[in-house]
Amino acid sequence: MTDSKYFTTTKKGEIFELKAELNSDKKEKKKEAVKKVIASMTVGKDVSALFPDVVNCMQTDNLELKKLVYLYLMNYAKSQPDMAIMAVNTFVKDCEDPNPLIRALAVRTMGCIRVDKITEYLCEPLRKCLKDEDPYVRKTAAVCVAKLHDINAQLVEDQGFLDTLKDLISDSNPMVVANAVAALSEIAESHPNSNLLDLNPQSINKLLTALNECTEWGQIFILDCLANYTPRDDRESQSICERVTPRLSHANSAVVLSAVKVLMKFMEMLPKDLDYYGTLLKKLAPPLVTLLSAEPELQYVALRNINLIVQKRPEILKHEMKVFFVKYNDPIYVKLEKLDIMIRLASQANIAQVLAELKEYATEVDVDFVRKAVRAIGRCAIKVEQSAERCVSTLLDLIQTKVNYVVQEAIVVIKDIFRKYPNKYESVIATLCENLDSLDEPEARAAMIWIVGEYAERIDNADELLESFLEGFHDESTQVQLQLLTAIVKLFLKKPTETQELVQQVLSLATQDSDNPDLRDRGYIYWRLLSTDPVAAKEVVLAEKPLISEETDLIEPTLLEELICHIGTLASVYHKPPSAFVEGSRGVMHKRLPARTGSGEGTECPDVGNAAGGSAPEAAPSIIPSQGDLLGDLLNLDLAPPTTTGPTPSTSGMQMGGMDLLGGGLESLVGTLGGDIGGSPAMGAGFGAAPAVMPASLNAPVGGGLGDLFDLGGGVGMPMGAYIPPKTVWLPAMKAKGLEISGTFARRAGVIQMELVLTNKAMSVMTDFAIQFNRNSFGLAPAGPLQVLTPLGPNQTIEVSLPLSTVGPVMKMDPLNNLQVAVKNNIDVFYFSCQYPISMLFVEDGKMERQVFLATWKDIPNDNESQFQIQDCHLNSEAASNKLQGSNIFTIAKRTVEGQDMLYMSIKLSNGIWVLAELKVQAGNPNYTISLKCRAPEVSQCVFQCYEAVLKN
Amino acid sequence: MIGGLFIYNHKGEVLISRVYRDDIGRNAVDAFRVNVIHARQQVRSPVTNIARTSFFHVKRSNIWLAAVTKQNVNAAMVFEFLYKMCDVMAAYFGKVSEENIKNNFVLIYELLDEILDFGYPQNSETGALKTFITQQGIKGQTKEEQSQITSQVTGQIGWRREGIKYRRNELFLDVLESVNLLMSPQGQVLSAHVSGRVVMKSYLSGMPECKFGMNDKIVIDKAGKGGVTDEVGKSTSGKQSIAIDDCTFNQCVRLSKFDSERSISFIPPDGEYELMRYRTTKDIILPFRVIPLVREVGRTKLEVKVVIKSNFKPSLLAQKIEVRIPTPLNTSGVQVICMKGKAKYKASENAIVWKIKRMAGMKESQISAEIELLPTNDKKKWARPPISMNFEVPFAPSGLKVRYLKVFESKLNYSDHDVVKWVRYIGRSGIYETRC
Repeated sequence: MTDSKYFTTTKKGEIFELKAELNSDKKEKKKEAVKKVIASMTVGKDVSALFPDVVNCMQTDNLELKKLVYLYLMNYAKSQPDMAIMAVNTFVKDCEDPNPLIRALAVRTMGCIRVDKITEYLCEPLRKCLKDEDPYVRKTAAVCVAKLHDINAQLVEDQGFLDTLKDLISDSNPMVVANAVAALSEIAESHPNSNLLDLNPQSINKLLTALNECTEWGQIFILDCLANYTPRDDRESQSICERVTPRLSHANSAVVLSAVKVLMKFMEMLPKDLDYYGTLLKKLAPPLVTLLSAEPELQYVALRNINLIVQKRPEILKHEMKVFFVKYNDPIYVKLEKLDIMIRLASQANIAQVLAELKEYATEVDVDFVRKAVRAIGRCAIKVEQSAERCVSTLLDLIQTKVNYVVQEAIVVIKDIFRKYPNKYESVIATLCENLDSLDEPEARAAMIWIVGEYAERIDNADELLESFLEGFHDESTQVQLQLLTAIVKLFLKKPTETQELVQQVLSLATQDSDNPDLRDRGYIYWRLLSTDPVAAKEVVLAEKPLISEETDLIEPTLLEELICHIGTLASVYHKPPSAFVEGSRGVMHKRLPARTGSGEGTECPDVGNAAGGSAPEAAPSIIPSQGDLLGDLLNLDLAPPTTTGPTPSTSGMQMGGMDLLGGGLESLVGTLGGDIGGSPAMGAGFGAAPAVMPASLNAPVGGGLGDLFDLGGGVGMPMGAYIPPKTVWLPAMKAKGLEISGTFARRAGVIQMELVLTNKAMSVMTDFAIQFNRNSFGLAPAGPLQVLTPLGPNQTIEVSLPLSTVGPVMKMDPLNNLQVAVKNNIDVFYFSCQYPISMLFVEDGKMERQVFLATWKDIPNDNESQFQIQDCHLNSEAASNKLQGSNIFTIAKRTVEGQDMLYMSIKLSNGIWVLAELKVQAGNPNYTISLKCRAPEVSQCVFQCYEAVLKN
Repeated sequence: MIGGLFIYNHKGEVLISRVYRDDIGRNAVDAFRVNVIHARQQVRSPVTNIARTSFFHVKRSNIWLAAVTKQNVNAAMVFEFLYKMCDVMAAYFGKVSEENIKNNFVLIYELLDEILDFGYPQNSETGALKTFITQQGIKGQTKEEQSQITSQVTGQIGWRREGIKYRRNELFLDVLESVNLLMSPQGQVLSAHVSGRVVMKSYLSGMPECKFGMNDKIVIDKAGKGGVTDEVGKSTSGKQSIAIDDCTFNQCVRLSKFDSERSISFIPPDGEYELMRYRTTKDIILPFRVIPLVREVGRTKLEVKVVIKSNFKPSLLAQKIEVRIPTPLNTSGVQVICMKGKAKYKASENAIVWKIKRMAGMKESQISAEIELLPTNDKKKWARPPISMNFEVPFAPSGLKVRYLKVFESKLNYSDHDVVKWVRYIGRSGIYETRC
């Protein structure tokens, strides 16, 4: 008779019968009965009623029976705590048994019984077992400490078990060490700051020794523990890596992955130019590839981890693309992961192969997989520019298959390709439009509508196409509705004459008939934009879109770092930090990669270490008092274009203060501003009013707004160009062995340019020109080399324009806008200094939000305010405002008080400093008053000079 | 760590349930059944998170093994453990089936108690386990025996017990390779690799120290530079050494020694075990070449012609050759003509299966088939799965050769020469596919 019969007893009165059998005198019968009980327990029947009878069987010499009784106890002791106490005696007795297997069994089982009374009795036997002569008992006792800690942490601490456990790390038996490490690591997790493991070079050495000797599981415990250690310097880090690398050849994938984790983490600390660093990178690839020949479940875990590793260090696997090719019989979860990694590894070198594979996959059976493959083709196009054309034609081939989900997926990615490469592949639009009717998924519909709206001017029947979608507007998903709304507004702005009705229709559908707040809001915004300022509407809606980035769905860097610290674990499989799926305190502690630090010799620049650690040194822009040896700096000419990036200026003063609209002198401004926005106070208030009221108050202005649109040319002040001072001589020929340099500065399309005129007044030919700047207040530096390509003959003049960047080294100059320049040619090096108008540092996005302006104005202390007079200026406020706007001085608001125009303006400097200005212009009075407020008041003087220069020229 | 371990049959009935941690309740058993086993669709991931509880599962025929946890466990370790659990069960009672599990449930509980403590895997080498967990119940042990067991389970050489004796010391070495290929219809190799295993059966007395040598390129080149002339002489005559991309070893192999000297030394377990696994991608001998030709004749007919060519020494014989040619789902009839072997259309498998018992090297054979199709409205084109092949050849497609296996046992009086050694090479097809 076999044991499977125990699973089939289902009759009534079973419990009663079992009771009788358990109390039988015959040993065999007893054992049979206990087996039946365990079988019932397994299938989920409640056999807790038999507790006393089962416990009675505990006193036995038969080890098999004893183990069964223990199993029962572990399951039911908690529900019968009073009865469980009956078992204590036997446990205590067993802990003294001469057979080490029985001693270990007793202590192991006791730890699993979560009943206070039993745990009290556990302490003494546990203490003895931790020091047992037999390693089997010690390794069991070590885990038991972790069990006890889980039940009663305080007790473990009070009884001093933690210290005993720490001592076991030095045990002579490798398995005892491994279990002690596992137990300590687990306990340490619930005491994040306890330094319980106390890892130091000595204890690490012990662990590394045990690593060579213990079981595969023990190696995992030790490696996982090692990964939490942060070596002191790169040398220690290297020596640990050297001792861990042999583990990469272990047959157990978990050992390999844990070793990879340690190496990936410690590698951070190694200098990249070290030979060993390169060796290590090479050593990592083969074991990762080998993981792919493991069983599919492990392949899945490995692939999820490789996905992280490839993002962190793409160089490791860049030549291993082929191993990620999908096999026909791979389980779907392996296929999808491989595909992801293929895209990440795609590069110009292997793109042809990758595309051939992807095309193959697009004809497979599994719908999800096919979709992902099609999407992957699009991602390749975006990632590898050279392949874009081939990708697009592949996608068109796929569209021809007419397989519904393939077509839809292809359209979604083609939209992204359009975004990445504007004006290149629009010829395919006609083909896309043919498939309009077959699109039934929201994402594909939305993508197609986006394409039609974006390229409305090239699609003859764009209005018909969009109109056809409009019929079922309310049945569409939000995504499609929003896209349709935007697309029709775009169409209207491009072809206003034919589509007025259409736009009215969609606006009313979106605002009046929809329950979706997002849709309504977007509808109102468009409506208001169109009705108040059609030009602005055009600028907003048809603005040039930023190019989409190459790599999509990359994991955010800090999360990636954390996940790298969790290689091999569930977190790396889910691609989520442990806190996202673990309850309670365990594992919530965030792990980070170590920062790179130099060893004793200090071969590393300390700045690099800081930057890697995540805290970039914060330096206040333009306030660097130390005046270095200028000449020394200038002499130190290094003719390569400067590449060093100075400390990034922190943007100052943009925090929104608490907006107290009821105090201070500027409140009236808010009212005026509100009125200005919509043309009537009702509109301004409308923002907060209930939407139901809106349409009524909107109708009137809309009509007018639309009318305005038709005469786009009129009524809009054309912004003037930025002010460019006339050229002045910076370096007379006398001082520079015949080279005369004159020049000026300009800002053109957001680029600062230094326009130089070089004249050769000497008798010999000049060649090899180069230029360099000394450190200066705003970090100006040449963005490229000085382009004087042909030799400059005697009496020849050449005009060069040198683009400048503002990321050079910063040092405060006096005056602030002073720039010291060194120019070199084949004859000598010459120095001169010049002053640039600060207006060329005013950036294009310097228009501050009105609300922010208000808050900032109040936030800046009054001490920082400076007043200047501009005399003899004969512009009206309107013209002044336009002129200033040309130089990126933006008028935010205007109000008129007693015949005096108050203009409120904002300026943003290239280093993030904001300057706020209030300009008072009185009709008939040629003298303007200007008040400047800025957190760095030093700049005020320069800014004032700019105002004067701009307004008077 | 692992919070619990459940074994289910294909219906989702629990056969074994062992809970190690307090955070796992009985409802976890049901959650997995409902969400995974009874789920209608195909399994989309071997790791499932249900209500903040993570389930790892593997399937062996009809049996589901699931490990459960609420913590951020080492996922690779959990799967390795589940495989190990299957191996241990198989070593004790053969095939992992519902019948066998029910018959041995007491034993399984006993094993689970031993190899997993509070969710931490412990020594799981069957060699060691069998010394104290038996199906016949525990026999009386002497004190020495007991301490021998415990030191073996926890010791450095957990895989071998002391005092093994054989009258005849014998060694069997099998080099088992599976050669994988993905070829384009035009005959271009898209990817090819060999994954090989060295499996040993050792019947050796005492605690022998073994050293295994093969024609690893790195070792041979190093030896060549060192001036060992006979090795150099050999390596000039054809392909004598192979480049191994990566290898992994049984835990008995001293990894640090391999890392520093690239020598493979170990004290072997008793009986059968896998010494190492390796992978090669360079200079692989592809035993067969498949040349497909598929022609669509109108909408209702396909003509398929497949030629296979054997590419190895004519004196060698390949066996168990099987070519599987996929057919469309709407196939209504197939006519096959083949020169050698037998070919049959198997409707249930949507494939023509062509079997050849034996084939010598440097030969070729051909099959042609006409496939009649039912007209369908399905717009989607037939996906054309690749043509796959199975075979067995008596050589190692990677080119791996065993150079030596030396046995040293200082305490007992037998020497390397007294050990009878057998070496065998078997190359099998892994995933050997040609797209058509």
